[in-house]
Amino acid sequence: MDNTVNLAHAGATDGTPFLKRLLRMRETGLIVIILMLFLIMSLASPYFLTWANMRAMSMAFAVDGLLVIGMTILLISGGIDLSVGSVTALAMVIAGWLFLSGIDPWVASAMAIALCTGIGAFMGFFVTKVGLHHFIVSLAIMVIARGACLLFTGGRPLGLYTLPPEFKFIGQGTIGPIPIVIVIFVVFVIAFDFMLRRTTMFRKVFYTGSNEKAAAYSGIRTKKVFFLTTTLCSTLCGIAGIIYMARFGSAQPTFGLGLELTIIAAAVIGGASLNGGSGSILGAILGVILLSLVSSSLALLDVSVYWQDIIRGSILLAAVTIDHYLNKRRG
Amino acid sequence: MQDDVILRISNLSRSFGPVKALRGIDFELRKGEIHAIAGENGAGKSTLMNVIDGILQPDSGEIVLDGKPVKISSPTMAQKLGIGFVHQEIALCPDVSVAENIFMAKTNVSRSWLMDYKKLEREAVDVFRQLSDIDPSVLVKNLSISNQQLVEIAKALTLDCRILILDEPTAALTETEAQTLFGIMRKLADQGISIIYISHRMVEIFDNCDRVSVFRDGQHIVTNNVADILPSDVVNAMVGRVIDNLYPEKQEAPSDEVTLDVRNLTEATRFRDVNFTLKKGEILGIAGLIGAGRSEIVKGICQLEGDVTGQVWLNGEELKLRNYQDSIAKGMVYLSEDRKGDGVFLDLPIAANVSALKLEQVANGIGLIQSGTEEAQAEALGRKLNLKCGSLNDPVSSLSGGNQQKVALAKMLSVNPRLIFLDEPTRGVDVGAKSEIHRILRELANDGVGIVVISSELPELIGVCDRVLVVREGRISGQVTGDEMTEENIMHLASVMDAQASVA
Repeated sequence: MDNTVNLAHAGATDGTPFLKRLLRMRETGLIVIILMLFLIMSLASPYFLTWANMRAMSMAFAVDGLLVIGMTILLISGGIDLSVGSVTALAMVIAGWLFLSGIDPWVASAMAIALCTGIGAFMGFFVTKVGLHHFIVSLAIMVIARGACLLFTGGRPLGLYTLPPEFKFIGQGTIGPIPIVIVIFVVFVIAFDFMLRRTTMFRKVFYTGSNEKAAAYSGIRTKKVFFLTTTLCSTLCGIAGIIYMARFGSAQPTFGLGLELTIIAAAVIGGASLNGGSGSILGAILGVILLSLVSSSLALLDVSVYWQDIIRGSILLAAVTIDHYLNKRRG
Repeated sequence: MQDDVILRISNLSRSFGPVKALRGIDFELRKGEIHAIAGENGAGKSTLMNVIDGILQPDSGEIVLDGKPVKISSPTMAQKLGIGFVHQEIALCPDVSVAENIFMAKTNVSRSWLMDYKKLEREAVDVFRQLSDIDPSVLVKNLSISNQQLVEIAKALTLDCRILILDEPTAALTETEAQTLFGIMRKLADQGISIIYISHRMVEIFDNCDRVSVFRDGQHIVTNNVADILPSDVVNAMVGRVIDNLYPEKQEAPSDEVTLDVRNLTEATRFRDVNFTLKKGEILGIAGLIGAGRSEIVKGICQLEGDVTGQVWLNGEELKLRNYQDSIAKGMVYLSEDRKGDGVFLDLPIAANVSALKLEQVANGIGLIQSGTEEAQAEALGRKLNLKCGSLNDPVSSLSGGNQQKVALAKMLSVNPRLIFLDEPTRGVDVGAKSEIHRILRELANDGVGIVVISSELPELIGVCDRVLVVREGRISGQVTGDEMTEENIMHLASVMDAQASVA
């Protein structure tokens, strides 16, 4: 059937009904799955639908949410970062170490975030100027940053008992009933989701990831885009590390082992393509929420820790497979 | 020549979405004949060849090989059935030797568990003895394009094929190399191999082939012995109307006003001492063999690639461009020859494609994209170019080749350019969209926009351009205008050096 419309006779307005478009969006599917899990869990466990559990769960995904924002943007541009877990830990360790050496915690945190930004720029340099692949560069940084964490702490967590209360407030305080961590998370999500959808700056990220050469042939400095998305991802790791430090009141050198895989999985479940060019913040956040919900559900149901990883991995595989086929049918 | 039919195709159809690429094709190939296939781009030639090679599956219809109906499900199966396909694009592994590239295909169809290197090597040497004096141990990346093409042919020949499909094999070859190839083709045909030869060069078809089939708009129009018809019959069958009406009117009188003036443009390895001008209202063509440096020169002018020295004047102003962004800012843009590779963003919406060159135009003061403005821009340009699409939010991949090209062109027009370089502007575009694009180019030229067209299709250059520059080995070897614009003159300028060299 010939369903093409000649533009000369049709307006530019999209003819697809709003509801139909909504149903086609990946985010809708994820929300449905999350709500179903919610329903099942509240029936299965009396502890699930309690304020304490809700709060613990949202605290768990809120900070990871910052990491997933950076990862999603990087994936859209066509890159990937395996170092997010260890760079987050490094931010925590460096800030904690500086604080213990007598530096003001705010200054120490700023310095740690700056260091993470520097690490991102360093990776960006290797990717854009030297021409190495994101995967290899970030793999090396993952190992180096983890090593640095152990070096600065001697392998033991740094107890930061003297952190001033106003600093700990970032990670532990609340505004009314709402934890500050959640507020920060929501602000970041809304800000980056809006920017990614609307700003010319982030549109160039989509162009670059969709077709790097076509982007270059459209006058976009694609290397600059790679450099900035790589750097942004590490900066967000730095911020996440500081929030974690404030929340735990300690700096843990082994924090975030394997975290990069959860973050990448969340972004991909949320619609980011490993080939670049597609993805959304909202989707990625829903991906984080889903994975986090699954984890805490399994814990509440007393499923063995060994089974938890197997189940989570299977969910990732299932989600991506279903999506692959849905996309094929749409295409 | 024997008359027994080796391959018979009847009532074969194949669609891509709403586009009917093949409709009810009937086609016969006889044993030991060289059968030319002619047709414009988008006529269905390559779709049919891809069906014969098992790359595409037909929607309906029958393929009969040696009297037995077959279903060719993959290229591997085609190889086993004795069908070899030499694609126009070269698909060799650049980092391994010529012999190993040939072995690769052979190994794929071999039924034995162990590699018989000695036998393979012997065969490679045998094949090359017929073809040329290429050393089988040389790495493919060190060969010229034309020699790489010969390796592709050799690869097909070692597969003991009975049917050999050659898709425009001479596009990258010099005259002498092409003649060698024709000699080889005749020898193979005498051995009983049937050859399908795709070309739109009438001289080649009438000098070297036995029969010719013409395709147009996915239909088989006619098959005839070349001895029984004239080249003009084939051309008229190809375009389906009298050729004079195919192209828009030419420029009436040349203007004295110079739009573009290029002086002493030189790049380290790709081109030297390029000088030319473009007059206002004129459409300038650039011809040359693949690899001669046509695209490289215009990309150099736009600062898209290469380390270029020399002067470029646009509308009387000398340009000091540091990069392609500067070129866009000055209104000088480049439409890529490789639409899918670097011309459009296939998986992004049409509107986002059109706006990509200058996003500031559809954004407000603080850099926020206004989707209403963006869609209005795409709609206005789409209407101007007669773009046929569903929604402007659909990805470009949902469009036909011709409409994809219009999106790429709309992207160029979105910045109100003063000069557009179009590299193969109608490659893979159907006949209708093609003449629309030609008409648009003439309108733009009349409006004072500088138009420079690069094309491998000489009839297109001759039909559309007011003047054609010919590039050979990184230099401009001459130009033709008016009645001098013939395929023979252009080919002569494009390849004469090689002919002389081989005489000496």
